[in-house]
Amino acid sequence: MAAEKMALAKALTSSLRTALDSDPKVLVMGEDVGKLGGVFRVTDGLQKDFGEERVIDTPLAESGIIGTAIGLALRGYRPVAEIQFDGFVFPAYDQIVTQLAKMHARSLGTVKLPVVIRIPYGGGIGAVEHHSESPESLFAHVAGLKIVTPSDASDAFWMLRQAIECDDPVIFLEPKARYWEKGEVDPSGIPGPLHAARVVREGRDLTLAAYGPSVKTCLAAAAAAEEDGTSLEVLDLRSVSPIDFDAIQRSVERTRRLVVVHEAPVFFGSGAEVAARITERCFYHLEAPVLRVGGFHAPYPPARLEEEYLPGLDRVLDSVDRALAY
Amino acid sequence: MTVESTAARGKPRRAAAQRTAAKKTGTKQAAKTAAAPGTAQAGQSAQAPEMVQLLTPEGERVEHPDYAVETTPGQLRDLYRDMVLTRRFDAEATALQRQGELGLWPSLLGQEAAQIGSGRALRDSDYVFPTYREHGVAWCRGVDPTLLLGMFRGVNHGGWDPNSNNFHLYTIVIGAQTLHATGYAMGVAKDGADTAVVAYFGDGASSQGDVAEAFTFAAVYNAPVVFFCQNNQWAISEPIERQTRVPLYQRAAGYGFPGIRVDGNDVLAVLAVTRAAAEHARTGQGPTLVEAFTYRMGAHTTSDDPTRYRDKEELAAWEGKDPILRLRRLLERESAADEAFFADLDAESDALAKRVRESIRTMPDPDGMAMFEHTYADGHTLVDEERAQYATYLASFADHEGN
Ligand SMILES: Cc1ncc(C[n+]2csc(CCOP(=O)(O)OP(=O)(O)O)c2C)c(N)n1
Ligand SMILES: [Mg+2]
Repeated sequence: MAAEKMALAKALTSSLRTALDSDPKVLVMGEDVGKLGGVFRVTDGLQKDFGEERVIDTPLAESGIIGTAIGLALRGYRPVAEIQFDGFVFPAYDQIVTQLAKMHARSLGTVKLPVVIRIPYGGGIGAVEHHSESPESLFAHVAGLKIVTPSDASDAFWMLRQAIECDDPVIFLEPKARYWEKGEVDPSGIPGPLHAARVVREGRDLTLAAYGPSVKTCLAAAAAAEEDGTSLEVLDLRSVSPIDFDAIQRSVERTRRLVVVHEAPVFFGSGAEVAARITERCFYHLEAPVLRVGGFHAPYPPARLEEEYLPGLDRVLDSVDRALAY
Repeated sequence: MTVESTAARGKPRRAAAQRTAAKKTGTKQAAKTAAAPGTAQAGQSAQAPEMVQLLTPEGERVEHPDYAVETTPGQLRDLYRDMVLTRRFDAEATALQRQGELGLWPSLLGQEAAQIGSGRALRDSDYVFPTYREHGVAWCRGVDPTLLLGMFRGVNHGGWDPNSNNFHLYTIVIGAQTLHATGYAMGVAKDGADTAVVAYFGDGASSQGDVAEAFTFAAVYNAPVVFFCQNNQWAISEPIERQTRVPLYQRAAGYGFPGIRVDGNDVLAVLAVTRAAAEHARTGQGPTLVEAFTYRMGAHTTSDDPTRYRDKEELAAWEGKDPILRLRRLLERESAADEAFFADLDAESDALAKRVRESIRTMPDPDGMAMFEHTYADGHTLVDEERAQYATYLASFADHEGN
């Protein structure tokens, strides 16, 4: 396959297709993933090509989807389960937290559960309630789960392949506001490690650490800051559990300032963890406290207010200014 | 065929026995009492068709051994008016979504009889827990239709006071409200009130664990709740076969309460069956599952493209069973409405559509600071801090602009 420019959602489709092609144990399951191809068309055409035995429209029951995915994995399959929207994963939360995350440890390593749970997450699409949330911290707090989130098409393609190959359960968060962003995907390339952060823009004065939908926002902020003569480095964390603290440390030791950006609420968010660890690791390098920009301690608001709730360009730049002012 | 309650068979309840006695007397009054669904007798009545129908698609009245409604011409016209106005409101909302005034709209097209029939079966003191598609039920409860639009425009998460019309906020998380309805009904029972609680849900929702748990709780506590399932044959792209191998109403038997299937496009049958189920609840006889067999004639929502998963023939077949058309045929057949009635209703529909359009175009966006309100009833220091920080942040722009 030659390199091709495609939308992030299509890169995911392509990734699922290659996974289904190369391993007969891979299954795709979820609500409306068959004929409809999922509400975002990520599984478009897969049932037609791989059949109803491998691309499975499930009953409308998330606990059922994840619970049976666990059983299928126990039987040697590699289920890739789709949850239709972030807000609808919670009926499955019990299965994820009490069963999926713990079975490997409880069986002293004899049982492996290579289950991938794909969840479109994040806001900015003008949706109704429960369709715009960022639940990563609710999973990151649970040992036994890995959590990754691509920010561009190439990562979408490769990280999903790697997640499916991983023998641990992976929560695969898809930035739905970026589904239509196009990028180069080279299926013959060699991917980097799944959980490594990546510098997506080099800079000198401050590091912006982000993941998923916020990476694009941070790149825009860096471009805007450059016009004011400020040089921002942008780090795409890519993985929320584990977090590549070494990469953040390397960056912060050079820039001496760090702002973490995510759509999830700041309170008990992943930014808090980054701030604490980096403060510990880089105490003598830091010129300013690690700042965080993200959602408020409030339910995700109605669509007409989401621009105010989401950490957009202005709020990121405001935090940059505050960090530089120290 | 209605399904007998296993509990009733094992150990006849007091009320069930009363109903049987009433039925045997054969009086009109008794027939009404006997209309409570799902008795062992109903289950055994050999002639009873699987689906209760009182009005055929051709607009002919038919008899049912267990259910009947007596209607004056005026009542028939009222039901017709409710359905026509609801359909018009719904069509207007779909159009407003196309024009960018709404982010999304879940149309009830085709489900008017299921919603108006059940909605009109209730008393003001009854309580309704809807999904997100119950615009017709909202209409019956007296919720101003323009209030339903707010959450689909993205200005709020539910724009009405649930307690002013005993109509709870729409619930988007599939099935969750069936447990709320059951709990509310448990409270009603504790209070000794004669209130029926109605939990609306869909065929897809019937697969959710929450719905199964609601059935269990309702059965165990004999809660006065009517589980009203609109089986519109589809859960987005998944046909009913993806959710169940038995007719949904039959599930009730396994929990020990009556289940009944009604022609959901027949407003008279839905009215009769829901009235009976609500009365069953109010009189302390516990839950009923009503499966209204209907069809989602439109897309799942305005975001959906049903051509990807279902064919035109199916839609055409259901168009022949249209709920509004069949009542119109009855009105004409029984000369229950004249030309002036239909002309007036057309004018009223136009006026409603106009009012809806105007109200949406003047619906204000909420103030940004509104997102810090109402997270807690008793306040929270972090919210206060974030509100203050955000206000300072906003003020920093004003300062700039002022300079
Ligand atoms: C817990 C949960 N999972 C998934 C969804 C996404 N979703 C919204 S509507 C729907 C289908 C519902 O079908 P049904 O219960 O038959 O009701 P209908 O839409 O047909 O009225 C789905 C899967 C949701 N809202 N909540
Ligand atoms: Mg349905």
